[in-house]
Amino acid sequence: MDLPHHGYRATKPRARAAPPAGDSVLFDDTSSAPPVMNSQGFYTPGHNMAGPPNDMHGGSAVNNLFTDPMANAAMMYGSSIANQGKDIVNKEISRFMSVNKLKYFFAVDTRYVLKKLMILMFPYTHQDWEVRYHRDTPLTPRQDVNAPDLYIPSMAFITYILLAGMALGIQKRFSPEVLGLCASTALVWIIIEVLIMLLSLYLLTVHSDLSTFDLIAYSGYKYVGMIFTVLCGLLFGSDGYYVALVWSSCALMFFIVRSLKMKILPSISSDSMGMGSNNKPQLRLYITVATAVFQPIIIYWLTSHLVR
Amino acid sequence: MAFTLYSLIQAAILCINAVAVLHEERFLSKIGWGVEQSVGGFGDEPGIKVQLMNLIRSVRTVMRVPLIGVNSVCIVLLLLFG
Repeated sequence: MDLPHHGYRATKPRARAAPPAGDSVLFDDTSSAPPVMNSQGFYTPGHNMAGPPNDMHGGSAVNNLFTDPMANAAMMYGSSIANQGKDIVNKEISRFMSVNKLKYFFAVDTRYVLKKLMILMFPYTHQDWEVRYHRDTPLTPRQDVNAPDLYIPSMAFITYILLAGMALGIQKRFSPEVLGLCASTALVWIIIEVLIMLLSLYLLTVHSDLSTFDLIAYSGYKYVGMIFTVLCGLLFGSDGYYVALVWSSCALMFFIVRSLKMKILPSISSDSMGMGSNNKPQLRLYITVATAVFQPIIIYWLTSHLVR
Repeated sequence: MAFTLYSLIQAAILCINAVAVLHEERFLSKIGWGVEQSVGGFGDEPGIKVQLMNLIRSVRTVMRVPLIGVNSVCIVLLLLFG
């Protein structure tokens, strides 16, 4: 009973020392050890754990894997279990969020990404902010530059984490835990902001078609501004940081107000009931403006410790 | 402020606990936030206070039983791991 465990524990330090080409061989080695019935398969990993020539040993284990019918049967069983597990996971995930809706947000192309980045950094010349529809379904980001997407926010988030690691390394304050802490802090702020937005939209009974993913997308666009700010801070020092902060804050505030105005604030012409919002339309304006003002605060909060 | 995901979970559990302990007849009715005051006019816009009361009532109804389990797990984990 303890011999497979012994082999598994022993391969872990070996895997760190061996080059990556040997890793898959080592992985196959431990998975084939339990179903193999002959004692040679059991004892060779136990005896060779301290030896440096693990590639040769791994090669013989691979040969054993392919010629042994028991190992073949075990592999097929394992792959069928994996397929079943994959189906179960897909079913469970599609209960919580519809994967089709998520695919809509990632249907981007290069032209869209470039134009959107330009609009995020310089929104003052963009004329038409309406999200175009096609028979009641919103157009994908490939066809409509105003549509929100999740590709830019997720890529910007990851780039921000890497950039934060680099900035901390320049200041000689880097350690791997800091990277994880930075990532989870930024993620928590996104979650808080989306929850507050959802709560305020619910309380004021704003019947807009902003889904949760839309809100995640709009609150993730600030990471582009953050990356720009941190880059300028690293390249040009403290003055460059503040100039870039002011620039990206203004651009982002303008972008958020113009984008959300279309969705949240009532448009008089298309309102069929003619009552607009009984709930004092200035409350809706407050939500939009509060969201916009929140962005520079968060940008400053999350980047000031990176640029001293 | 360095957040971890665990502190977010803790904050969420504390907030939901806070909403769940608001007693209906001992407290909410006394300050005019009871459930009988929320069936207001039949206009299409219910207003902030009614929405808030509905939200509190629905959170209490939905989360009452799961909170028992979550709180027990949290207590055990905190006792074991500090």
